[in-house]
Amino acid sequence: MARKLLLEHINVPGINTYDVYRSKGGYASVEKALKTLSPEDVVEEVKKSGLRGRGGAGFPTGMKWSFLAKPEGVARYLVCNADESEPGTFKDRYLMTYIPHLLIEGMIVASYALGAKVSYIYVRGEMMPQIRILEKAIAEAKNAGFLGKNILGTGYDLELYVQPGGGAYICGEETALLESLEGKRGNPRIKPPFPAIAGLYGCPTVVNNVESIAAVVPIINDGGDEYAKIGIGRSTGTKLISAGGNVKKPGVYEIDLGLPAEEFLYSDEYCGGIANGKRLKAVVAGGSSVPILPANLFLKTISNEARLMSYESLSDGGFATGTMMGSGGFIAFDEDQCIVRNTWNFTRFYSHESCGQCSPCREGTGWMEKVLHRLENGHGKMSDMDLLVDVSKKIEGNTICPLGDAAAWPVASAIRHFRDEFEWHVTNAATAVTRNYGIAHYADPLVIAEKAG
Amino acid sequence: MFKVTIDGIPVEVEPGTTILNAARQIGGDIVPPAMCYYSKLEGSGGKCRTCLVKVSKGSEKDPRPMPKLVASCRTTVMDGMEVQNITSPEVIEARKGVVEMLLINHPLDCPVCDQAGECHLQDLGFEHGSAKTRYEFDRRKFERIDIGDKIQLHMTRCILCYRCVFTADQITDKRVHGILNRGDHAEISTYIQQAVDNDFSGNVIDVCPVGALTDKTFRFKNRVWFTKPVEAHRDCDHEKCNGKVTLWYKGEDVIRVTARKDVYGEVEEFICNTCRFDKKKTADWVIEGPRKVSHKSVISSNHYDTLKPLPVVKTNPLLQEANKDQFERETRL
Repeated sequence: MARKLLLEHINVPGINTYDVYRSKGGYASVEKALKTLSPEDVVEEVKKSGLRGRGGAGFPTGMKWSFLAKPEGVARYLVCNADESEPGTFKDRYLMTYIPHLLIEGMIVASYALGAKVSYIYVRGEMMPQIRILEKAIAEAKNAGFLGKNILGTGYDLELYVQPGGGAYICGEETALLESLEGKRGNPRIKPPFPAIAGLYGCPTVVNNVESIAAVVPIINDGGDEYAKIGIGRSTGTKLISAGGNVKKPGVYEIDLGLPAEEFLYSDEYCGGIANGKRLKAVVAGGSSVPILPANLFLKTISNEARLMSYESLSDGGFATGTMMGSGGFIAFDEDQCIVRNTWNFTRFYSHESCGQCSPCREGTGWMEKVLHRLENGHGKMSDMDLLVDVSKKIEGNTICPLGDAAAWPVASAIRHFRDEFEWHVTNAATAVTRNYGIAHYADPLVIAEKAG
Repeated sequence: MFKVTIDGIPVEVEPGTTILNAARQIGGDIVPPAMCYYSKLEGSGGKCRTCLVKVSKGSEKDPRPMPKLVASCRTTVMDGMEVQNITSPEVIEARKGVVEMLLINHPLDCPVCDQAGECHLQDLGFEHGSAKTRYEFDRRKFERIDIGDKIQLHMTRCILCYRCVFTADQITDKRVHGILNRGDHAEISTYIQQAVDNDFSGNVIDVCPVGALTDKTFRFKNRVWFTKPVEAHRDCDHEKCNGKVTLWYKGEDVIRVTARKDVYGEVEEFICNTCRFDKKKTADWVIEGPRKVSHKSVISSNHYDTLKPLPVVKTNPLLQEANKDQFERETRL
């Protein structure tokens, strides 16, 4: 069993309280960072660790931190993005519920590294229990002298606030999150300027995912080099994967990056295989917005190598035959699941969550939703598949924020890999509303895989 | 000064200029269309995505191309930047897509829309749109809302460019007007239909690129191409309004007053509501002369400006003097 870094003490009773967390070595990284390291050293450690953003894009965290502008006399902010609302992803909620002090510890170290005097945790509005848990944990940490004025006598001041959002998916986009945090309508901003130059209240800001910030704790405790030894290639460290769908043991698992995908799905340590003795049909490997993959392409890449759970290996093959690590929302579909229905469901979500600011996403997501709804309910046409691919291409890359891409990829990939199932929904419309297509003919999409582009 | 090349045409512009404004300095066909950008409104632009261009060379220092198409109205130029607009098939394709998206929920009720003839979406659709729609569903519909007694909002036609929101924000001092909801059911609204009550509120009509915000004093009075635009001014006593307007005549009557617009359809200077709604007599105004309308515009269709001067003009020195422009054009041709 691999070593756990984030969830090491997750099963200790009362780990959500300060006393137990502290007795298990909690807040050691704060002591180490504030007393022995300079802010630059902390950034350097994180850079050395090779930690990549855990929220979806996988941008190196250390590099993001070093891009932060540091003009004299201007406040800097660290904002933790806990607006986790991607369908299929629930790792941050788990972390905040059961081990909130880990996030707070990470926030203190990260704020120190960035020189932020005020930091925010922007939590999705629906997560009311987690908001209370975090607020309680912050109060405990403040009592113990880890927050507030002159932390541990080092002269470093930090105030940490929890801000509930309104529950919009779009507010997980960093600039929309900042707008929302400022009290405005959560519309993504047009970049540039990036938040590292002008973010919250026009000041330089870093926005990081919950898991990225939590991962700073083991990096400081063990050193960046030690952290970088875990994992494979440029995917270093451990990653929380929230496994769901038709697996035997759904839940949040901490894996070493580079774990073979087959092992993750079938070994008893992790998902334990497909439930009820069914066969695997398809996998969404990183949350609803990443391209869906059929079983064979998920387990083996196009060049017939075993697929690993790492940033590089999952995206091997590009959009034609690969997918993305995303936010780690792993969804497995067994043979009884309908890809058309699932694609419609995802698109309905994006159509509902589109902010309506830029035209391709506002109109395009609604259009795709209507076409897919028609297909699913047996009123589709053969031309609908090409229409959907075309519409998704016209959204992708032409929008202000990545929500447009996120809405386009699942549709484009589902049609690329499961076109026969979509066509079956048209040719056998009457049957399609009563039963599912099953696993049958998706057999070898490798041969007919389209070129990406 | 930064040197930028747009579709192979070099131009030198001030640092901080956007690609769109650099293109406007060159002028002509290479200017990307803009539905939401409005040079007079701070923060506008970036939303409609019709002005997307390809940056094939980032700058002299960093010659890598930009990975995605960028909104030219919000991207500032770099020294040595090379931009492709109409020379890039990718841009044309993307623009076609955007126009299609803008039109799928638009009612296409041009025959009964007051904006027809001066509608930016009409021009855009004419240039980049396809003849048939691929959209086979019910279009989004809204009830008409009266914003005050002079302005009507017909959300069904709206393309959510946010220009009126920026106008309400910046021209008027108390904002009562914004966006409700999100996605394709987002709508412009004044909260609980509260009247926009401000001396400059009428300007939202002028900035609206489509017929979503219309002048109730002009609604259904006439087609814009049957009216005759005339430049005029008056000594307005409002300190922020300089009283320079365009009067739209039908016969002897002024049936509409708007602010003067430049070649890109942008208002030159905002005018107050008194000038716009209350001064509809020729006696209120000092007439400057007929407004020059581009020969491409349908508005010019009934203005008998012939390509060659009429024979009667050629013989009369007085008339020759008055029709100088026409003579010049003829010699140039």
